[in-house]
Amino acid sequence: MEHQMDKLLFGDNQFFGINHMSEEKARAQAMRFQDSNAIMDVLDVAYDAGIRTFMCTTHDRIAEIAEIVRNNPERYPDFLFYPCMPYAHKYANAVTDFGMMGAVQHFMPEGGMLQTALRGGAALATKDVDGIAKILIDAEMKMFKGLNTPVVFMQNVFTDLLLGLGFGRALRVFHDHVRETYNAEPGFITMNMPLCLEVLEREGIENPIICSNINKIGFRMCGGAEAYKAAMEAGRVRAVAMSVYASGAIPPAEAIEWVSELPNLESIVFGASSRANIHSTRDLVAQHMGPSG
Amino acid sequence: MTERLKIAVVGLGKMGLSHFSLVGAHPQAETMACDAAGFMVDVLSKNVPHTIWKDYDKLLSEGAPQAVVIATPSRLHAPMVRAALEKGVHVFCEKPFCLDWREAEELAALADEKGLINQVGYHYRHVGAFQEMKRLVDAGAIGRITHVMAEAYGPVVLRPKKQSWRTTKSEGGGCLYDYAAHPLNLLNWFFGTPAEVTGSVLNSIFSEGTDDEVFSTLRFEGGQTAQMSVNWSDESHRKMSTKISMIGTNGRLYADRQECQVYLREEVPGLDGYGTGWNVKYTTELTQESWFYLRGEEYSNQIDAFIRSCLGETAPLGTDFRDAAATDRSIAMILQNAETGQAVGEAPAPVTPQPAKRRGWFGR
Repeated sequence: MEHQMDKLLFGDNQFFGINHMSEEKARAQAMRFQDSNAIMDVLDVAYDAGIRTFMCTTHDRIAEIAEIVRNNPERYPDFLFYPCMPYAHKYANAVTDFGMMGAVQHFMPEGGMLQTALRGGAALATKDVDGIAKILIDAEMKMFKGLNTPVVFMQNVFTDLLLGLGFGRALRVFHDHVRETYNAEPGFITMNMPLCLEVLEREGIENPIICSNINKIGFRMCGGAEAYKAAMEAGRVRAVAMSVYASGAIPPAEAIEWVSELPNLESIVFGASSRANIHSTRDLVAQHMGPSG
Repeated sequence: MTERLKIAVVGLGKMGLSHFSLVGAHPQAETMACDAAGFMVDVLSKNVPHTIWKDYDKLLSEGAPQAVVIATPSRLHAPMVRAALEKGVHVFCEKPFCLDWREAEELAALADEKGLINQVGYHYRHVGAFQEMKRLVDAGAIGRITHVMAEAYGPVVLRPKKQSWRTTKSEGGGCLYDYAAHPLNLLNWFFGTPAEVTGSVLNSIFSEGTDDEVFSTLRFEGGQTAQMSVNWSDESHRKMSTKISMIGTNGRLYADRQECQVYLREEVPGLDGYGTGWNVKYTTELTQESWFYLRGEEYSNQIDAFIRSCLGETAPLGTDFRDAAATDRSIAMILQNAETGQAVGEAPAPVTPQPAKRRGWFGR
C-alpha cells in the first residue's frame, strides 16, 4: 500500500551548521548540537508534539540518533526516518583524497566482488554502474537497520548533478532499488522540480515524491514558480515543500497559509531548534492544513 | 528559436563534472565534453546524451566547438587555452589561470586580438554579497579604506595524503594556488595588483609537496594594506568559507558568501537603503535566481554569463583573462616573497588625506 506521508516533517539542516543566511548563526548551531543528546532533546520535543517523521541526511551523526531510537522502541513506537542520501560532502572529500576511482573503491565493502573488480583497474569490464549504485545505497542505509524508513530520498546535489548531466537512468536505478530492496517509496530532493519531474516521467516514473523549495516569494524555485504550480495542479507530483519560510524572508503565518492553498501538496519539511518554533509551526499547519499525522 | 552555443567541457574531475552538469542543463547550450579515456568517460559515454571526446585536438578540429570550459589540472590550462584561442574558440578556464603570469598576460592579449570571450572561474565574483561589497567600495561608502583582512578556511587537507596534482606545487596545487587565489582575486578586484608584498609565509601542515596555510601582507597603490590569512586544513568549517573585512574612515565593511554587513559613521549621499550604524544585506536578497541550481547560484550564474556573452546577448561579466593574470601575478609575488624573505615590489607612497582647512589650534 502506498505510504501516506504526514503533513509535517522535521528536517535536520539546523543540527549540522547549515544556515542559508548567516555563517555566524550556522556556527552557533553547530556548537549547540555537537552533542547528539542536544539533537535528541529537540527531536523529543517534535515527537511529543506529534511530528514523528525525521527527514535526515545520512551524516555519521545521524547514525547515533538512529541508535538511540533503535534502543528505545517503547519511547519511540511511531518514529519514522526518511533518509536522504548520499551525504555529499563525504563523497566530495573522498574524491579529493583518493581520486574518482579511489573514492568509489573506498565506499565498497571490503573483499566484495566489486571491490575486487575495481582493484583490477582496467579490468573493470562490467562498468556496472547499477551494481555500484546499489552497493552505495545499501551502505548508506545500514545505519537505519531495524528502523522504519518508508520513504528514501536522493539528496539534491546528487539529483541535480544527474539531471544536468542528462543521466536520468541513475534516478531510475535508485527508484527501483529503493522499492525492491527496502519496500519503501523513493523520493527526490531537487532545486529544479519541473526538470526533475520531466526526467522522471521520461524514465517511466509516474507521480513521484519530489521535495523542493516551494514558497510564496519563489526563492530558489528554479524553472519558475508557475511551472511548479502547474505540475501540482495537474496532479503529476506528490510534492513536499521545503524552504517554506524562504530562510526567514516570509512571516510564518503568511508562509504556511500560502502553501496550504496549493493543490496536491502532501507535506512540509521544516527545521527548528526551539520548542516555541516547533509548536507554532505545528499549530499553523494544523490550522491551515488540518492536524498532522 | 533562441540561438544555441556549441560548447565543450574539458576535464571531468570534480569541477569539470559540475560544469558539465550546469552546461548540460543550459537551454542555449549544445553540450559536449572531453577527457582522457577512463572510468568516468566510459560511464558517462554510455549514459548521457552528449558526445564525449577522448582527444582534445580532435575535439577542437572535428567537434568544432564555439566555446570551451577548461577544467583540467592547472598546469594544462595555458597550452589548452592557447590551442582553443588559436582556433577562434571562446574560453572559460578554471582558476588559477596560469602558473606563469607572463603567459597569462600573453593569453589575455591573444584573446583580445581575436575578439574572443574569455573568463576565469573565480565564482566569488558572482556571489551577491561580494558584488555588493565591490559596489560599496567603489562608491566610497566607508571612506578611505586603510585596513583589510582577507580570509579563507576550509577542510581540504586534514591528514597526510596520496600525492595528486592538487598537492603538487609545480602543477598548481597547494593552498596558495587553490584556496588563497580566491580572496586574492577579490582583493585584486577591489584594489588592483599589490604594489608591495611582504611577510608571506607558506607552511606545510600535512602536505609533503606543498603549502597548507598562507599568510601575506599586501600593500596597494590606493593606500590600503591587506593581510591575508588562509588555511585549508581547518576541519571546523563544513566547506570553504571566504570572508573579507575592511575598515575605512567612514566605517566598517564585511562580506562572506551569505551576507554583506556595513557600519556607516555617516550616511553617504546617493547610497540608497543604507543609513548610519549597521546595515545588513543577505546574498539571498542580492542574488538573481538562476535557471538551474546545482551548488549555489554563483556557479550557475558564472556559466550563464559566459554562454550568453559568447552568444553576444550580454556583456562579459566576472574575471577575464587580464584580471586573472593580475591574480597570477599576485601569487607569484607571494611565492617570491616567501622564498627570499625580501619584500617584492615597492611600497606605495603613503596616501595622505587632504588637510582640512586650518581652523585654529583647537579646531574652532
